Amino acid sequence: MIRFVVRRLLLLIPILFGLSILLFIWVRALPGGPATALLGERATPERIAQINKAYGFDKPMITQYLTYMKRVTRFDFGQSITLRKDVTAELVRRFPATIELSMAAMLFAVGVGIPLGFMAAKRERTWFDYGAVTASLIGVSIPVFFLGQILKWVFALKLNWLPTIGRLAPTRELVHHTNFNVVDSLLAIDGGALWDAIKHLILPGIALGTIPLAIIARITRASVLEVLNDDYVRTARAKGLRTSTVNRVHVLRNSMLPIVTVIGLQTGLLLSGAVLTETVFAWGGMGQLIAGAVLDKDYPVIQGGVMFLAIVFVLVNLVVDVLYAFIDPRIRVS
Amino acid sequence: MSVLTRRQRADQLDDPDVANSLTREAWRRIRQNPLAIVGGTIIVFFVLIAVFAPMLAPFNPRSNAWFDQIRPTSIPGPSRDHWFGLDEGGRDELSRLIFGARASLMIGVLSLGIGAVAGAFFGLVAGAFGGWVDSLIMRLTDILLAVPSLLLALSVAAVIGQSQTAIVVAVAVPNIPLFARMLRSSMLGERQKDYVTSATSVGVRRRSLVMRHVVPNSLAPMLVQASLALSTAIIDAAALSFLGLGSADPGVPEWGRMLANTTRLLNVAPHLAIFPGVAILITALGFNLFGEAVREALDPKLRR
Repeated sequence: MIRFVVRRLLLLIPILFGLSILLFIWVRALPGGPATALLGERATPERIAQINKAYGFDKPMITQYLTYMKRVTRFDFGQSITLRKDVTAELVRRFPATIELSMAAMLFAVGVGIPLGFMAAKRERTWFDYGAVTASLIGVSIPVFFLGQILKWVFALKLNWLPTIGRLAPTRELVHHTNFNVVDSLLAIDGGALWDAIKHLILPGIALGTIPLAIIARITRASVLEVLNDDYVRTARAKGLRTSTVNRVHVLRNSMLPIVTVIGLQTGLLLSGAVLTETVFAWGGMGQLIAGAVLDKDYPVIQGGVMFLAIVFVLVNLVVDVLYAFIDPRIRVS
Repeated sequence: MSVLTRRQRADQLDDPDVANSLTREAWRRIRQNPLAIVGGTIIVFFVLIAVFAPMLAPFNPRSNAWFDQIRPTSIPGPSRDHWFGLDEGGRDELSRLIFGARASLMIGVLSLGIGAVAGAFFGLVAGAFGGWVDSLIMRLTDILLAVPSLLLALSVAAVIGQSQTAIVVAVAVPNIPLFARMLRSSMLGERQKDYVTSATSVGVRRRSLVMRHVVPNSLAPMLVQASLALSTAIIDAAALSFLGLGSADPGVPEWGRMLANTTRLLNVAPHLAIFPGVAILITALGFNLFGEAVREALDPKLRR
């Protein structure tokens, strides 16, 4: 088991190495170089030379690459051009916000998706089933940024039940130890702050969780349908087990493998892809940081952010592979 | 499949097209699938709108002739003259939606087309040559697949700058490794099959073996992937334009951007968010339904 994990971790090194080379080339492949792109219409020869000097773009390519690699291996992406802050520190500071949002979204997606898919499978070819299938098709077709706005309009602006943007009410004071608002408010034993943080999580969580919800429900339905027709389920029923026991021990457990896979893959995507939801709800996580950096052509942030999120993405996928082995003894043995 | 009478079976044997029955069978399945009919209708509807946009749109989508009716606290909603109301710049919303269909469909189809063709090319080269060429291409796809697709698209668009071309390229790039891997792996699968061995043994040359036998037989999964990926391409393109990466000219109607512009105005004019959003939703749904039907038709495992 440990050997498997170590081998997979070692395989990640060439991938990340290759990605860093691609990012290096990509930014320098611009017509006129990064300085021109950065300055846009404000570009004058003097300012371009100034920027090139400041960021080392005037040095020979190979020197640039060596300095770049030396810094990347230390996970130093330099200063953000627009925020004038250390990129890595900023990424780390904002990451908890993104994790918190992704967890809320996953909680919603799993909590609704698995029961929905399960019930649809148990009632195959009924109106409930057709309804669930249709709903999940709509769920994967709805643009996140549209859903987010509609939720905001209905539940925040019209009904005034939930806050529109941000992670905490602006007036609330909370000491940040971990930057996870839920954890920090628990540490401070502040019930009001906890409730406030949760209220802020609901709408973005639903918006971000809808696509994974639809996918999880579909996979659960398909997987349960397959297991329901298996012989051991019939045997379990025939030997007089209660329906709930059959469902829990035989049906759900055996249909878990594809479900866990898809949950893992979606978690990786959420952690790295909350760009749109964070923008709609002004969440202040990594996604919003990167979306802003893309518009401002803040290359250090883009380079650092893409590397950081790619690492998170591949690590989460690795965890999924390891989880497989725990769930399915067949994989563990081979 | 139901049991055929002897007469039907004889007819079928006489039918010269039976040799081509995989495609015909798939097409028959698609036509009989209600998902395909609903999805297809939606697609045809939006394609027609996009094609005939100049004839269908009541006004010029860029004309802001009604700007004097726009107030910070009120924007006229649907009326007799403007069925879908006015937008925040005093332009006719319906005309913008109609021309927006053009931009959205074109960007979606173009970017998927470029991604699929480029991906197929790399997959073909990898599958046909094998060896170090194959390893090199596969390691490159590993790298691209390590970055989630929207993030990859964003970083590509960041470099190219604000334009519709940027969106097309940005949405195309994440599709390249997917299609490359898919074509390669289905080519490898086909290579094991008996017909390849027999073709080799009768002396068919390598190039015609690959191009005339292996590739055509490996295309089915590509087709499925392409039909399902179209809806993602359209949504992702709208997402990039929502984030502000589309054309730098605000007069150009794009659904994603129309939605972005109205974020501040949700309370004043919710219709401006609802119309383009629903348009993206329905188009994506149409492609998803149709893609699902194509998958059911071509995937033997799903046949009942």
